[in-house]
Amino acid sequence: MALDDIYKEVILDHYKSPRNKRELPGATATCHRNNPLCGDEIEVAVTVDDGMVTAATFQGAGCSISQSSASMMTEAVTGRKVDDALGLAASFRGMMAGEVEPDEDTFGDLVALKGVVKYPIRIKCAVLAWDVLQDALQGDGAASGAHEH
Amino acid sequence: MSFDVDAIRRDFPILSREIDGRRLVYLDSAATSQKPQAVIDAELDFYRLHNANAHRGIYTLAEEATELFEGARATIARFLGAPSPETIVYTRGTTESINLVAHGWGRKFLRPGDEVLLTDMEHHSNIVPWQFTAQATGATLRYIPLTDDGLLDLSDLGSLLTGRTKILSVTGMSNALGTFPPLRELIDAAHAVGALVLVDGAQFVPHHAVDVQDLGCDFLTFSGHKMLGPTASGGLYGRADLLDAMDPFLGGGEMIFEVFQDRSTFKEPPYKFEAGTMNLAQQVGLGAAVRYLEGVGMEAIRRHEEELTAYAIDGLLEAGARIIGPKDTSVRGGEISFWYRDVHPHDVATILSEEGVAVRAGHHCAQLVMRRFEVPATTRASLYLYNTKQDVDALLDGLEKAGAIFAL
Repeated sequence: MALDDIYKEVILDHYKSPRNKRELPGATATCHRNNPLCGDEIEVAVTVDDGMVTAATFQGAGCSISQSSASMMTEAVTGRKVDDALGLAASFRGMMAGEVEPDEDTFGDLVALKGVVKYPIRIKCAVLAWDVLQDALQGDGAASGAHEH
Repeated sequence: MSFDVDAIRRDFPILSREIDGRRLVYLDSAATSQKPQAVIDAELDFYRLHNANAHRGIYTLAEEATELFEGARATIARFLGAPSPETIVYTRGTTESINLVAHGWGRKFLRPGDEVLLTDMEHHSNIVPWQFTAQATGATLRYIPLTDDGLLDLSDLGSLLTGRTKILSVTGMSNALGTFPPLRELIDAAHAVGALVLVDGAQFVPHHAVDVQDLGCDFLTFSGHKMLGPTASGGLYGRADLLDAMDPFLGGGEMIFEVFQDRSTFKEPPYKFEAGTMNLAQQVGLGAAVRYLEGVGMEAIRRHEEELTAYAIDGLLEAGARIIGPKDTSVRGGEISFWYRDVHPHDVATILSEEGVAVRAGHHCAQLVMRRFEVPATTRASLYLYNTKQDVDALLDGLEKAGAIFAL
């Protein structure tokens, strides 16, 4: 059944047991967005030390795709250099656009989201957290920058 | 006349379509309605046989085009109980109609300290234009709140509807909750304090008989595409003296008498408000849609929908869904917002789509409603004259699948 493509076990696991879903006291930057496909919102907080993302958390409410992507995102970028994290964000967007191969070495758990490509309107859900991450990492570095599409 | 839903369904070509091998179960008429062959034919026939610009040409084809365009106006006026065709202004739909009133009446007559009374169940099209006008004129917007059941909370109406209120703009049927506000009661109360009333009829007119003179509203908007008509068709009923007093909205050709370098004079309503070449084919299509609805009968449509809505709400409640809006079908129509257990509307809609069931997920252009009920979005199934119990069963089966995937 086609729904297997989108609702993989990994996605449902991250949805039901989200990682790093909490506040981040002393965060370097916090940003927030609503999904243009209305019904999801994500706030991302990051701590950046010496060009490295030492912590990333998220908060928000939304569908299984937006929330699981956010959860996976926080795991994937923690411990990466900022440029590396931004590069991963670009690659993820590329995977969602069908331009980048969904390989497990690059993407880890995120590869489970490759099925979203078959439901074009849900791609907005998958990339939401990454757009917010980009706002947070490319912002002034000051806290609480609020960006909405 | 008995209501034969199978015969009606055969009139709608798209309902025989299969999507990925599945029957189309279309439960999103609140977003846009499907079209009967008669409407499709009317619009296409205009292009095939009668296409010319209306009101200008001296040749036969132009006379035909004008007769069809104006004939549809008369048909719509009769359908709404309007006193004359001249009280029907053609627009592209409710959003444009409300903008027209907010601009042509609102900007001309509202002063600082004046109030515009809206409600928390309004669609954005009945909020944002008034925000623009309030900013421009110094008027203030106020809102009638909602009860937990999704009805208007009229307990404090006396302090919201006062001598400062110049207009009450209220929906005839909430697209998010399905609620029918008590229009007569509101119109009487508004007139008693000297306020006008605009009724947003976008959902109301397709699903409920309307007689504007009996209702007593000063303005009524309607959207053709929600009432079996073409996209970009629709209009505004306005009380004749109000349309006379209002300023034009869009300026250009057709709506003028004389144009000089420094000024122009304008035609009488409705033409004063119809600038440029209008949506000729589309309004002719809307005329055919109205004739189709009259053929079935609005009372019969309402009865069919009331029965189906009760069946759907019972089924949803039994399945463990939470209805956002009233459950009593005497005060609501078939636009049903719900949460199925904890499954997010995006996920519900995707799973239902795989089963051939089309519903809407989101805030339905009613963010005030979403905030009031503390939900980020809802799943909305909306019923119309061509839906059946089998359609509702398909919805409920699909929800069960969603529950299984999310193991709730």
